[in-house]
Amino acid sequence: MNLQVNGKSFAATPAPGECLRVFLRDLGWFGVKKGCDAGDCGACTVWVNEKPVHSCLYPAFRAEGKEITTIEGLAKGGELHPMQRAFLDAQSFQCGYCTAGMIMTAASLSDEQKNDLPRALKGNLCRCTGYGSIRDAFAGVKNVAPDVAGGSRGASVPNPFAEAIVTGRARYTSDIPPMDGLLHLKVLRSPHAHAKILSIDRSEAMAVPGVVEVFTWEDVPRRLYSTAIHEDNRVDPDDTYLLDNVARFVGQRIVAVVADTEGAAEEGCRRLKVEYEILPAVFDPEEAMEPGAPVLHDDDGDSHILHPEKNVFLELHGEVGSVADGFAEADAIYEDTYNAPRQQHVHLETMQSIAWRAEDGRLHVRTSVQGPFIVKGKLCYLFGIMPADLHVFTERVGGGFGGKQDMMSEDLPLLATIKTGRPVKWEFTREEQFTGATTRHPMKTHVKLGAKKDGTLTAMQFRLVSNTGAYGNHGGETLANGMSGPWAIYKCPNKKGDGYAVYTNLQCGGGFRGYGTGQPTFAVESALDELAALLNVDPIEMRRKNMIGPDDKMESVLEGASDLTMGSYGLDQCVDAVEKALASGRGLPKPEGVDWLEGSGVALSMLDCVPPTEQRSGSEVALRPDGGYHFTVGSVEIGNGLVTAQQQVVAQVMGCPSARVTFLNADTDETPYDSGTFASVGMMVPTKAVENASVALREKMLAFAARTTGTKPEECRLDDGAVMCGDQRMPLAELHSAAKREGEELLCFRKAYGSPRTVAFMAYGVRLAVHRVTGEIRILFNVEAVDTGVVMNPNQVRGQVIGGVVQGIGWALQEKMVYNAAGAVVNPTLRNYRIPAFADAPVTEVFFADTYDDIGPLGAKSIAENTINPVAPAIGNALKAATGVRFTTLPFSEDRIFAKLQGFEPA
Amino acid sequence: MNLNTIREIKRPRSSDEIRHWQDGYAWLAGGTWLFSEPQIHTHTLIDLETLGWRAIASGPGGIEFAATCKIAELYAFHPPAEWKAGQLIGECCRAFLSSFKIWNEATIGGNIVMSLPAGPMISLTVALEGTYTLLPRDGEAREVRAADFVTGNHANVLERGELLRSIHIPGTALAKSFAFRRSELTHLGRSSVLLIGTRGEPVGGLLLTITAATVKPIQLTFDGIPTAAQLCNAIDAAIPESIYLDDVHGSPAHRRHLTYHYAEQIRQELGA
Repeated sequence: MNLQVNGKSFAATPAPGECLRVFLRDLGWFGVKKGCDAGDCGACTVWVNEKPVHSCLYPAFRAEGKEITTIEGLAKGGELHPMQRAFLDAQSFQCGYCTAGMIMTAASLSDEQKNDLPRALKGNLCRCTGYGSIRDAFAGVKNVAPDVAGGSRGASVPNPFAEAIVTGRARYTSDIPPMDGLLHLKVLRSPHAHAKILSIDRSEAMAVPGVVEVFTWEDVPRRLYSTAIHEDNRVDPDDTYLLDNVARFVGQRIVAVVADTEGAAEEGCRRLKVEYEILPAVFDPEEAMEPGAPVLHDDDGDSHILHPEKNVFLELHGEVGSVADGFAEADAIYEDTYNAPRQQHVHLETMQSIAWRAEDGRLHVRTSVQGPFIVKGKLCYLFGIMPADLHVFTERVGGGFGGKQDMMSEDLPLLATIKTGRPVKWEFTREEQFTGATTRHPMKTHVKLGAKKDGTLTAMQFRLVSNTGAYGNHGGETLANGMSGPWAIYKCPNKKGDGYAVYTNLQCGGGFRGYGTGQPTFAVESALDELAALLNVDPIEMRRKNMIGPDDKMESVLEGASDLTMGSYGLDQCVDAVEKALASGRGLPKPEGVDWLEGSGVALSMLDCVPPTEQRSGSEVALRPDGGYHFTVGSVEIGNGLVTAQQQVVAQVMGCPSARVTFLNADTDETPYDSGTFASVGMMVPTKAVENASVALREKMLAFAARTTGTKPEECRLDDGAVMCGDQRMPLAELHSAAKREGEELLCFRKAYGSPRTVAFMAYGVRLAVHRVTGEIRILFNVEAVDTGVVMNPNQVRGQVIGGVVQGIGWALQEKMVYNAAGAVVNPTLRNYRIPAFADAPVTEVFFADTYDDIGPLGAKSIAENTINPVAPAIGNALKAATGVRFTTLPFSEDRIFAKLQGFEPA
Repeated sequence: MNLNTIREIKRPRSSDEIRHWQDGYAWLAGGTWLFSEPQIHTHTLIDLETLGWRAIASGPGGIEFAATCKIAELYAFHPPAEWKAGQLIGECCRAFLSSFKIWNEATIGGNIVMSLPAGPMISLTVALEGTYTLLPRDGEAREVRAADFVTGNHANVLERGELLRSIHIPGTALAKSFAFRRSELTHLGRSSVLLIGTRGEPVGGLLLTITAATVKPIQLTFDGIPTAAQLCNAIDAAIPESIYLDDVHGSPAHRRHLTYHYAEQIRQELGA
């Protein structure tokens, strides 16, 4: 059939059931993204005869004779469409994966629709921005600052990929032309929560036309490992096989099928005959620890599981002082149990990898992971590959939030490539993200606090039970993290905590923004308000009285690494700012009517800026022949804005504009080693390496310039595009040639190590209204005050903050993964698992504390994770203030809270 | 998403061309549901677009909508002002979870035959006392009341291969006054309850249509305006606890609570 795409004629015939999204991508229009493939997220929005549609739902055959416009065709005659320009000016993206569809929708809106953006944009989901910068685009706000030589630090310079993102040219993992002979991989997932595999009959699957190979547990190396990505793999249990003969959760991958097409691979999976012996399953961690519970892992000593016989991967216990004494001297004691549930990351780009063997004989893996170097190490171990023979890399990654801190999509394609010799691609479906990937760990926190009449804490005690699911991966590290920051932010001489990471027959917990701290923060920040109420102390004063100051020791219950120091302190500024903002009365008024109740709440959070396990990185910075700079670094750009910040650091050290700095990142062949981009380390470790290398290069350049010009080194300095040696101005291009002539290389490599570590602080305040009959909640005003040291790029940091707040609002009010009695997720789609849309996202104010960190690069420190932690408890505190009712289980959805608002229990 | 099990697209000129219905056939209207989930038991799609049915025909007796009328066409259609309840068209379109982009392809009929509790086209056509014309594969066209069409969550009276052809909305219903109430767990999300009351003027009885809260539409007819107690009793009698929907978009208890709450508001609004 014939059709026009972006003004070009194409003749091609789609498969009968092909959707337009795939058809357009097959024609090479990679600006058309797959977010959900089910019509819920809008990332695939294109115009058909000028009308916007979700191309994943549009039958390709109906495009015959039609004119299709994708993001690549929106700019006309080299001129960006006004909406592209608006998104560019407002920098309305972070990972940028949703942007093409967002712009194609935005550019189609009538003026009337633009006056009702919550409704007009309900078909477009963004997980990064919290919609703040998208709202800005419609308001014509310019969020970029001039890129001035020497003025990079603290300037909102634009994302270096900005133009590529708004024009659809930015390349994500699957945005490359298909390789010759490409195979597609699909997996059969377990329908049972716990079962032994007795037999697998692959004959019918192999008979499906197009199916090339089938892999079962018998075809893979029998080596235990963990999918979790950490520098020190010993912190995670080796409890996983590539493919196993025991299924431990509904959704576990059982068999992999590779075929010429996705359709054939799917059909192959359906034709497999697997005989299971169903085993008893356990879903509740408390029950799993009881004697007689089904045992998930029969540890033969190699897995590092603490108590396999009672399903306990790890237990941690600690006490400082004596909580018994502390409670004895308390005037009031409060205790209760708080439940913090799962949350899926919903990065808009699903996990995916492409593996191939190149003409050089080496193996290559292009992936969406947050830690390509660690993945390389794991793959080398699993398959017995020499490190020199394997190359793992990312290009742009469409969001992570910790969800891509596991090796989940790389191993099977590589296995299939090794076995078949052909390139192999595996893209998770959105459903697989909900059934076979990780989530935030569900945690139950029993908290008990005691205080004196004046509010001074005398004892803090907790018991934390984390459901790590079928495998341990991040269970131990999130548990340890949850037993640290949330309890260390308050001074108290007596603290005691017990923590358990417990196996159950549900999908695994993983890394998720906050990494185990959000769940206990919900408990302790709620409990603090309850205790304040018992003592008749103002909740903000209660916090001020007990929160740590700049000279206090940071102490939780665990004997932690002693390298945690306070490189800067801005908690007091954050609390003051939130209190002042709430008192200002800014925001929306309470809706009219006697049934609307109003309340405000606050909560605090502290983040260790680097994990206690090792974290290391390196960077090489070079002077380019044209006088600009180029750096390499191993960290991953997942929408965190890391490469922008790194460019700014080089530019600041070198005194040039950011645009003069080019880079390459996240590539095991081309960039220095890096432990991975997670745990908010981006600024603290890889960017520190970039700073270290930049400073070293600057000294080297000045020394060489001094030598060449016969000037004293102290009389030399870098100017934009030149080195000034006394009164002599030597252009950098000239300096480069001079160095080359003398055989001097003007480049420097430096490492950075995640120690010592600093801390970041945050306070969040919210005023909301709740309808006492229906349970509806409306956020009227909210503010987050962050202490992130020197704010390297205010626009980017603001985006991170608002994005984290809105993800926190999703967790607090609406996101809910529901399992049936058999342990299967019942809502593995975005229409049934509702992340915040534009309509759900309030306008969020952001305040930056004025601090300078002694440890981070150029005075900056971490931001990304901490933003989410205080949101849910502050909302809970505001709900309590409004209604007098304390809700202890997230999310606070209307249907779960309404009954208590009427003073009766649901039937 | 790609429907990889589809082997053939039929594009008939008349639905009569599809006489012998087979397992694995599916009528394709807008495709916005069919292409949103794997359809592994389907191998043939029969395109309704080529039938070229006129989307909307309006006359003094009422409005005739083709099942293939797109939601965008419906939303753009404005009935005469004297048909006050015609405003329910806009209300019910805005009750979709989906955005206006989906409306460019999704159809009225598609939403009705999906027969989900929150289907706003069901709410609309039941409240407006509509009648559906159904085309069986063998035999004569038949008519069913919209209120009788949906029999449960994702279940209806359609026989194998039977096709929804059109929806008739009588002018008498359109001429009534109306009151509309809706609730959802997320802003502009899927309806957890959707109640519509209509009342003939000047002294007609209250017709209360309860959808989304229950697995199938419930319609209560009153001679005049009931008292609050009569309304409660009527709801008690018509809706056993077991048919309040239990899913991720709302708990049965909450849906039940809101049903009574909004029904009373509607009673007061239309009784004033």
